[in-house]
Amino acid sequence: MPKYSIFVNNKSLSVEADADTPLLWVLRDHLNLVGTKFGCGVAQCGACTVHLNGSPIRSCSLPISAVGKNKIVTIEGLDSKGEHPLQLAWQELDVSQCGYCQSGQIMAAAALLEENPNPTDEDIDMVMTNICRCGTHVRIRKAIHLAADKLASK
Amino acid sequence: MESQISRRSFIKVSAISGSGMLLSFSFLNASAKEEIAADTAFNPNVYIKINGDNTISIMAPNPEIGQGVKTSLPLIIAEELDVDLANVKVDIAPLNAAFGMQVAGGSGSIRGRYNTLRELGATAREMLINAAAKKWNLSADECQAENGTVIHSKSGKTATYGELAAIAATLEVPKSPKLKDPKDFKYIGTRKIKDVDSKSIVTGKPLYGIDTRKPGMLFAMVARSPAYGKTLASVDDSKALKVLGVKKVVKLENSVAVLATSTWAAKKGRDALILKWNETGKLESTAGHLKDYEEIIQQATADKFTKKNGDFESALNNTSKTLDASYFVQTLSHAQMEPLNFYANVTADKAELFGPTQVPASVRETVASKLGIAPENISVASPRQGGGFGRKLMNDNAVEAALISHAAKCPVQVQWTREDDMQNDFYRPSSLFRFQGALSDKNLLGWSQFSVGIGRGVGGDSYVGGVLDNYRSGTQGYTSNTPNGWWRAPGANALAFPAESFMDEICIALKQDPVDFRIKIFEKAKSVPADKLNYDPEKYLSVVKLAAEMSNWGTSTPDVYRGFSTWYSFGSYVAQVVDIKMIDGLPRVIKVYCAVNCGKVINLSGAENQIQGATIDGICHAMFPKVTFVDGAVQETNFHSYRFLRMSDTPYDIEVKFVDTEDAPTGLGEPALPPVAAALANAILAATGKRIRKLPLMDYFEE
Repeated sequence: MPKYSIFVNNKSLSVEADADTPLLWVLRDHLNLVGTKFGCGVAQCGACTVHLNGSPIRSCSLPISAVGKNKIVTIEGLDSKGEHPLQLAWQELDVSQCGYCQSGQIMAAAALLEENPNPTDEDIDMVMTNICRCGTHVRIRKAIHLAADKLASK
Repeated sequence: MESQISRRSFIKVSAISGSGMLLSFSFLNASAKEEIAADTAFNPNVYIKINGDNTISIMAPNPEIGQGVKTSLPLIIAEELDVDLANVKVDIAPLNAAFGMQVAGGSGSIRGRYNTLRELGATAREMLINAAAKKWNLSADECQAENGTVIHSKSGKTATYGELAAIAATLEVPKSPKLKDPKDFKYIGTRKIKDVDSKSIVTGKPLYGIDTRKPGMLFAMVARSPAYGKTLASVDDSKALKVLGVKKVVKLENSVAVLATSTWAAKKGRDALILKWNETGKLESTAGHLKDYEEIIQQATADKFTKKNGDFESALNNTSKTLDASYFVQTLSHAQMEPLNFYANVTADKAELFGPTQVPASVRETVASKLGIAPENISVASPRQGGGFGRKLMNDNAVEAALISHAAKCPVQVQWTREDDMQNDFYRPSSLFRFQGALSDKNLLGWSQFSVGIGRGVGGDSYVGGVLDNYRSGTQGYTSNTPNGWWRAPGANALAFPAESFMDEICIALKQDPVDFRIKIFEKAKSVPADKLNYDPEKYLSVVKLAAEMSNWGTSTPDVYRGFSTWYSFGSYVAQVVDIKMIDGLPRVIKVYCAVNCGKVINLSGAENQIQGATIDGICHAMFPKVTFVDGAVQETNFHSYRFLRMSDTPYDIEVKFVDTEDAPTGLGEPALPPVAAALANAILAATGKRIRKLPLMDYFEE
């Protein structure tokens, strides 16, 4: 089985996996980073969103052989204390229902705030394409605005 | 509370299987008495444990599927116990008869447990107060509980619950613990308490069935029938077994499981199976269902109407003003975010089962009967679940995992793909409805509704049943080998759309305001009902009027079009006003107002979240997805074609108000879903003049 050395959450990690194994399953099954979720496997739902060099990608559709030396960040590595402004805003506004999609939502929102620290509702509409089956969208939107406020006052 | 328990109440959770039911107390046996000496924990019942080190844990008895009961049920205990839930360790209780009915369904968790949980918390609080009184040699009347401590104000003495645990464990259980006066509630009815798993969720901790990792476990994927009506003829697993990481292939009755060292290897192995399927049943199609429905509806004779008041046919024949409309609701998949999975470790005479289920007791019962294992040797527990929506009221995912572990003789985590979920669901069945109205110039004289659909069909009545002098309703089931099951707000999720759209048609025909007209109906229901009502018209009025007030009904905003709808289900009343704009010819919901009467609200934040979520769920399934069967195969295999609502389809705000009441709590997880589809369709009518009578609505727009 091929060996890969990938850079995840500021650590260089060695993985043995078939070349076509999606990054999602490498994270979950090989590295036990299970915060990244499986929802569709076809880059539709966004539950598996992680950052690749800061950009949001759907890890279910990126084979391990294509990861290379790019920097991967997962929900576990978003903030060392789990206190990214989005993680705090999500808790403050009690966003989650089942919670399953929320790590992907937060990763998508974190990439948005990196690009655009003060997004409008329209910006959020454009960028936040992840599916939430429980319908927490109203609170997700509010939490992104709240996190933007927190960032601005830092 | 009249408790029959007069002895000390120390128990071990593991020892109470099959013991006392509702209150979950159990009597001490000799060995438990001996354990007290060595253990300072206070376990007044199976739900509550207070340790000597002042750590407190509370069990959430029902499965958590996103409806919030892992937070709201312990919150009720914590309120009476007088502790801040934020400082309490909460776990989901494993299956154990001591916890009563452990089901996530029917919006019933809080409805069924409110009083009992209050009593359990109050019992523990009273025992802790008694423990303090004993410790200080004072009268219990002079001591009070507050935020995890007992206080004697006069002397200034205080003791934490942990310090009192060992004494409390030796005391008699009070017969009638005094409950708090609701006006003294600190947490119930507020938004102070956040979801107990909030932090774990946002930091990606392992919480769900899919995250299960146990020693010796293999990952499995299963090849199931590609279409309803086909059964397994032959298996060639030679290629599958060559896939790197694949360890075993196991054949079940009508499916084949591939076990491997990773999910991906299991999937590759599963996909490498060469399978032949026989056509052993009819290969059905949605188009065929619809054609049959239309014939059945046309041929429905008067005797098919099982509920009748007055004489609808005469009313219809004696007026020149009539309405006649057909409505269709589409087949839906549950599509909960977490694809199905389950962990099973079955050995010769034991089974350990862990994973997403809404019915753990049914899992145990079926596995016991299929594998011949004694029920007491089967443990079932559920983690937090990535959505439910009724899918896991069926136990197939759990039972299948047990059968695979049994056949493979190893622990196994079975993982479904989204495609597996779509093709192997118990769908919200499609239904066709015919609604007829007999009208005078100014009044609704009679109403008729008839439906046909897969399974038993959509029963139930509209709220005009029991009010109008002439009313009839009937339902006919339809036999199909495409499975149907419970989907959030069963029955109501289908009936409310045609019923409340048709009500809007009537209002337009009568030139009546939709809110005023409904108020007239419920006023008549109060004063001169035609029959016994299955709802409380006063409560319907409370939400209709509140929604009108919240939305400033009767005023208008440029380019904003609105629709109204109201429905009663699971004991609760919801009225909604949906505001839309037409953007590039397409409807966009911009705001929804929800007025809710669900009795007393327990967790305000969670309750509001449920109402907002069910509203968005209702908008999504009114607008976008549908399941289409062609020759028994579901055409929408994943989210690329089973279209789901995205952020850009959602309202910017959903305003929720709860009617202020001290009535006992009623259902909350489901009631906000049924009415919203009609409110949206009524708004589209207002915007475009187009009455859409078939779901999904977006089939009528060019995108």
